[in-house]
Amino acid sequence: MRRNNTNNFNLDAQDGVITQKSHSRVNAYLTHHLWVLVSSLGVLWRTPLATLMTASVIGIALALPTGLHVLLQSVQQLSTGWEGTAQMSLFLKSDVPEKRILSLADKLRGWEGVSEVRYISREQALAEFREQSGFGGALDSLDENPLPAVLVLFPTVEAAEPIQMGLLLGKVQKLDSVDLAQLDMEWVRRLSGIIEVGKRGVLLLGGLLALAILLVVGNTIRLTILSRSQEIIVTKLIGATNGFIRRPFLYTGFWYGLMGAVLAWLLVAILLGLLGDPVNRLSFLYNSEFSLGGLDLETVAILLGSGIALGLLGSWLAVGRHLQAIEPS
Amino acid sequence: MIKFDNVNKRYPGGHEALSGVSFHLEPGEMAFLTGHSGAGKSSLLKLIACIERASRGNVIIDGQNLTRLKNRHIPALRRKIGVVFQSHNLLYDRTVFDNVALPLIIAGYHQSEVGRRVRAALDKVGLLGKERLMPITLSGGEQQRVGIARAVVNRPPLLLADEPTGNLDPELSREIMGLFEQFNQVGVSVLIATHDHDLISRLDYRLLTLKQGKLEQGGRTSEMQVLKDKKNEI
Repeated sequence: MRRNNTNNFNLDAQDGVITQKSHSRVNAYLTHHLWVLVSSLGVLWRTPLATLMTASVIGIALALPTGLHVLLQSVQQLSTGWEGTAQMSLFLKSDVPEKRILSLADKLRGWEGVSEVRYISREQALAEFREQSGFGGALDSLDENPLPAVLVLFPTVEAAEPIQMGLLLGKVQKLDSVDLAQLDMEWVRRLSGIIEVGKRGVLLLGGLLALAILLVVGNTIRLTILSRSQEIIVTKLIGATNGFIRRPFLYTGFWYGLMGAVLAWLLVAILLGLLGDPVNRLSFLYNSEFSLGGLDLETVAILLGSGIALGLLGSWLAVGRHLQAIEPS
Repeated sequence: MIKFDNVNKRYPGGHEALSGVSFHLEPGEMAFLTGHSGAGKSSLLKLIACIERASRGNVIIDGQNLTRLKNRHIPALRRKIGVVFQSHNLLYDRTVFDNVALPLIIAGYHQSEVGRRVRAALDKVGLLGKERLMPITLSGGEQQRVGIARAVVNRPPLLLADEPTGNLDPELSREIMGLFEQFNQVGVSVLIATHDHDLISRLDYRLLTLKQGKLEQGGRTSEMQVLKDKKNEI
């Protein structure tokens, strides 16, 4: 070993201008954060299989609610398209003469919330039915026209809401000439009700899976902390703050969350791609223009955001719980 | 620099490691702490680095009373103290350079400054050419010198060493002690716990001796040899 001369041994050598120093401290702080961000990714990269497995668990857990959400969104778009075409059919008693029907139609046009009333006479209804149903032959064998006359009532835009339509329905049902009044929006309402239930379900499922992600990330970070306890003790002895020690673990959680979210994105995109064609064929058979929507920007942003947040939170919980326990002794 | 004022340390279970310990190590002073294993050397060092807290009495480091030190202020205290361990406590998954750089990175030094200071510290301990090696490939003496470089790289005003020559042969031990003397000569306060009487009796520094938790002081290390010779005669 070389014996140093005590003269070139000055411990209090250079020290820069104070302002310059504080400026470079901030710089060094940011550089350090960036370095920890990259190096924690590097650590994960060195054990690709273990990292991929953890990220996959998170990815699948995130993909499930995301996929269901996209599905529900598509169905909802379908039903909102129909809600605008809400209408009410008033099936009239067969003994009501046409004259009274027309005056009733005029009366209804004056009602609040009614924008238009269309009259379908028994003959028109029969012709329509014959044309569309293909049961023309069967109708011919009947002695008389079995179909009632119908007044189709279109609400104004403001009145096309479930509650107002319900009130209107109650009113028209009390009319003498009306045999049966039917709200064609009924099934749309039921559908939107089902969607509401589905949304709630996705939310609850998402909550449960979020909890699972927290546990997965927390446990992974816990194992990492335990395997690096010696390093934690040494850095604490050297004067590392809890924040300094926490940082690499938090960034590890961040990466797990981000990787899981990106995997979920890929999974959902692939699943939607695989489902797209059969769904289009099916909806074509139903004469519907329904098609599966893709992942919109908002959904992707929420997906990535919640993945990262869950990763960070999971590691935060693990770090908070286990770092305190590791103290030099 | 270090001031103990009637300090007691009692561990859970009733074992009293230190009782009524008082001494004052002046800034820039170098002293040795000896005593049989179990006499309380480690406990005393732990109180200084605030790894343990005193049960009674005051420990004052660099004007700071550790009895009232909040936990969140402990890191700042430890940055003022360079500690050299018998077991080196190096991190074996990173290079010599990264080990020595750790205190600077913790303290938030700029990259360029880190490089400069690390190389200066490694130069002081004679390991400049080995900064890219992993610590495990070094000999015991070299690893200890990496530990010393790490302890001084942040230029702390106080240097503590717990049996720094415990596993080294006499030749290497003398070199390590030489390093501590050099740091002391540039103004660093140094406190070394050791039971290597042979080695320190060749030096002339203040001696603090712990016997069953009680401190005897007033001696010099140079007087130890005499005691030992007397013992041998008997």
